[in-house]
Amino acid sequence: MKLREVAAILNAEVVCGHTKLERDVQAVFASDLMSDVLTIDSEKLLLLTGLVNIQTIRTSEMSDIKNIVLVRNKKASPEMIALAEENRIVIMQCSYSMYKASGLLFQNGINPVY
Amino acid sequence: MRFEYTIEAGNFSKAGDASSSFKKILKQLNVDPHIIKRIVVSLYEGEVNIVAHAKGGKVICDVDTSRVTIQLIDVGPGIPDIAKAMQAGYSTASAKVREMGFGAGMGLQNIKNNADELIIKSEVGVGTQLTIIVNLNKA
Repeated sequence: MKLREVAAILNAEVVCGHTKLERDVQAVFASDLMSDVLTIDSEKLLLLTGLVNIQTIRTSEMSDIKNIVLVRNKKASPEMIALAEENRIVIMQCSYSMYKASGLLFQNGINPVY
Repeated sequence: MRFEYTIEAGNFSKAGDASSSFKKILKQLNVDPHIIKRIVVSLYEGEVNIVAHAKGGKVICDVDTSRVTIQLIDVGPGIPDIAKAMQAGYSTASAKVREMGFGAGMGLQNIKNNADELIIKSEVGVGTQLTIIVNLNKA
């Protein structure tokens, strides 16, 4: 699924990476625990998280995660956006809960990591 | 080649700077992306540990043709019981560390899982030294 479709399903606002919405997403991992995120080794991953701080972006950088959706109406800080842009990471924001966002993406055919 | 970085205690806005810098170097050296990921995930976990638990420290990364050796050396409280610290779920992290998405007692185990070799030396009241070795050949 393309990131553009993910944004539509989640009614999400694209915060940065507007030119990268044709990227494919093959799997989703949903977590607020960055230590868990660091254990994941999947290609073309989308991270769903409600954790909003600079370490969300740093963790994604280290894990080669290029796509992040912030749930629960959380907002990315300017510092997060700058670091995401430097690493070509797309950030989207949606008002849905982690459960609802996960459910919608699963229902629309994106696989879990495991 | 040797690369050194200073790690500041308690400064979570900078936690990951060393890992990020070293990742860029590994990319420039054309190291296999999967191996880069194993190296930087280990390094990042170690870097966060220094920021979270120590009074400061440094990272020394040595790269040769066959392996990357990373030493994370901190001045801090040390680890009284290394075997216990290696247990999944065991953590002494503060609330602030947990707010940053860490402190679940997974860091050392995650380093071990990504490294080909992990050596931990620690002295209570003095500090901790982690040596992480990752081989650069895929075999």
